[in-house]
Amino acid sequence: MIQIEGLSYRVGKTPILHDISLTLKPGGITALIGPNGAGKSSLLHCISGLHDLAAGHIRIDGLDPLRAPDRDRARVVALLQQSPGVVSRLRVRELVGFGRWPHHQGRPTAQDTAMVDAALESFTLTDLADRTLESLSGGQRQRAFIAMTYAQDTPWLLLDEPLNALDPRHARDLMARLRRLVQDTGRSIVIVLHDINAAAGWADRIVAMKDGRVIGHQDTPDLLTPDMLETVFDMRFDVLTHQGRPVVISR
Amino acid sequence: MIRSRLLLLAAGLVLLSAAFLLWKLQEPTGFILSLRGSKLAVLICVGAATGVATILFQTVAMNQLLTPGIVGFDALFVLLQTGLVAILGGVGAALFPPMAQFLMETALLMGAALLLFGGLLRRGAGDVTRVILTGVILGMLLRGLTEVVQRMLDPADFAIVQQAMFASFSRVSTPQIWTGGGVIAVALAVALWQAPALDVAGLGRSTARSLGLAHDRVVLIVLGLVAALVSVSTALVGPLTFLGLLSASLARQVLQTHRHDALIPAAALIGATILVAGQFVFERLLASQSALAVIVEFFGGLLFLFLVFRRKPS
Repeated sequence: MIQIEGLSYRVGKTPILHDISLTLKPGGITALIGPNGAGKSSLLHCISGLHDLAAGHIRIDGLDPLRAPDRDRARVVALLQQSPGVVSRLRVRELVGFGRWPHHQGRPTAQDTAMVDAALESFTLTDLADRTLESLSGGQRQRAFIAMTYAQDTPWLLLDEPLNALDPRHARDLMARLRRLVQDTGRSIVIVLHDINAAAGWADRIVAMKDGRVIGHQDTPDLLTPDMLETVFDMRFDVLTHQGRPVVISR
Repeated sequence: MIRSRLLLLAAGLVLLSAAFLLWKLQEPTGFILSLRGSKLAVLICVGAATGVATILFQTVAMNQLLTPGIVGFDALFVLLQTGLVAILGGVGAALFPPMAQFLMETALLMGAALLLFGGLLRRGAGDVTRVILTGVILGMLLRGLTEVVQRMLDPADFAIVQQAMFASFSRVSTPQIWTGGGVIAVALAVALWQAPALDVAGLGRSTARSLGLAHDRVVLIVLGLVAALVSVSTALVGPLTFLGLLSASLARQVLQTHRHDALIPAAALIGATILVAGQFVFERLLASQSALAVIVEFFGGLLFLFLVFRRKPS
């Protein structure tokens, strides 16, 4: 369970997040939606312990990400960031191998190697394993970073816009993969999505954010109402139902 | 592949060193050998220290164009030396045993480097342009400051400082070599021990931290190591700006890897090889004495320009 109480975060003097209190239940996929600049990425970074808070506190399964030793934190929560930098001459297998760092701290065991192979397999990267990151397309690179986050093998996975740069097939494959992960291993995923229909189709719960505040947090079908969407995005949407899941169409 | 290339580099350096020692050896062999031996030791120490310092620095700065020399590490060292002479007077500074003076200067440089570059590289390392610009300006500032202090010096004191300012490989005493070699050996061992952490740090501060690396601690360790290595090589022969860039870039080219457990020894071997080979050609083949530093800087500078222009806009 992730408990956030009274969280405020600033960059310099600019307030980014205002007094956010939020409890995320374990298990399932929770999507963060909201317009650009709503503070979705900042919230993920705060939960991962990468930002110092102006106020408030966070507990992830009882662990304080800001105070806990870096290694303990990295075994509870893994973060996929938007457009991480590319290291030259780094191969895909080596990148995914970094996901095991919190577990082996530089001395990988056979178990770590097996885990890396499994991650490569899951994200259909086995054929690309010995290519350098520079030689990959944006989407392939994105998958490699997701595989690294996956290999970190944490109960909580925070993904910041993982569908960026993915074509429809790989986007669907990734979401299906995450769904299976949640079902099979009971891991919890918090994911920032720009495509509302990706959230509508795959997420169990949705947190809606706007201007650095949380304005809604409900099960997906309950949250996706035309009124709520208008409040969040300042435009009208129709919400239809297709095969039992909501579908959102802009007007 | 990496392993065999490292072995090749090592073998090359050993052969070259043997040639350096034994080429046209005349009577009195013992005396000439010890002379050449100590010179060889200096070249290897300085080359290795500069190469390793550059690899380490480039990793935490997230930039493969920067070197400790460009951002003014050695300028800082010369400034400290000059300041010491200015405060104590030439005679006062000369009163210190060289060993104590060296260790004191090294400690001072480590402290100053942590203060100056610590803040820059810890919080701000994400902003590459800021790191480069601040680093280059810092380097100029330090050189300027040194000049100001030197202008205020007594001519006799200035002569003492001048000794330290220009790279030269032919006036080093044996105890200095031993101290320097010791410091380099320790620094190398620490660097290799930290190699896996450096690999992770190379991903950038944010990613490294989300993987559970205590990034700030790694940056501090690296800055400490770089300061120690730079002060050894600067104390032994004076400032060399581009040698490090040359050895670090070549190490990356030759090994085609990002792994520090390979890059660190490779940069050390290549740095040493460049200096030994250069000195061998100049002294033995061309019978010329002092131009090595100039030539190394010339080719290093050319490489720097080449790297700048070849860079793809990202």
